[in-house]
Amino acid sequence: MKIERERLELLKEIMAIDFSLLELNLYLDTHPYDQRALALHNGYVNKSKMLKEVYEEKYDLLTHKHVSDCPWEWIKNPWPWEIDYEMGGK
Amino acid sequence: MWIYEKKLQFPAWVEGCDLKIAKLMFAQYGGPDSELSAGLRYLTQRFNMPIPEAKAIVTDIGTEELAHWEIIGTLIYKIIDRATPAELEKAGLGPHYIQHGHDLYPHDAAGVPWTAAYIQAIEDPIANLHEDLAAEQKARVTYEHLIKSTDDRGVKETLSFLREREVVHFQRFGEALRLVQEHLDKKRV
Ligand SMILES: [Fe+2]
Repeated sequence: MKIERERLELLKEIMAIDFSLLELNLYLDTHPYDQRALALHNGYVNKSKMLKEVYEEKYDLLTHKHVSDCPWEWIKNPWPWEIDYEMGGK
Repeated sequence: MWIYEKKLQFPAWVEGCDLKIAKLMFAQYGGPDSELSAGLRYLTQRFNMPIPEAKAIVTDIGTEELAHWEIIGTLIYKIIDRATPAELEKAGLGPHYIQHGHDLYPHDAAGVPWTAAYIQAIEDPIANLHEDLAAEQKARVTYEHLIKSTDDRGVKETLSFLREREVVHFQRFGEALRLVQEHLDKKRV
């Protein structure tokens, strides 16, 4: 399923930042005193939060934990496996 | 607990309809060294890990494996979604179509259903972590075999991402093993 260009770009940016966060999460699990990795992690936390707010306001919820209008917004298509990511990986 | 985020970890894409690679990718959906095995293995081994670093790493890598399971599922789904029964049959997915239609099912590339016998948890964290290290290497090799078996650029790119993750996981499990070893040595003194 195709989604509009602008939305796809934003979604991919969120995916990329959350991936960086996860990578730092794993690294910090075994290097809990690494100040540089911690600073990087904390920076991405804020960035991810900011972009998700924009995406959820404009397009679709990423988790169900939001006040919803009627009908229940969470069930909206497309679901992640249905989206056409095109030349997705960058 | 877990909460679902309505996004993939990686923008999994396919270029064409290489049904042969779809069949082969079931190796990573429900085979012995699949993402499913990895996720359940690590999440099952969590309970007696002796140090916080090790509890964290098996929890977090186990969780990431479930996201990889979703990516593999997405690749297969995108390829088989529009295939006709005849096309599936030609690609060796005839039996799959009869039993599961266009749904996915955790079986391996040859159709053998997933079993918990693929994984172990034996309390000893050194033994468990060594199994995890081996599992990451086996998954990496499986990805290399898969990448060599298709020309689809999307599938190749997505599988290369997953392959790299196995390398990182191996690294992190190695560090966890070292930390656990140090912890046990200290206890013995
Ligand atoms: Fe892994």
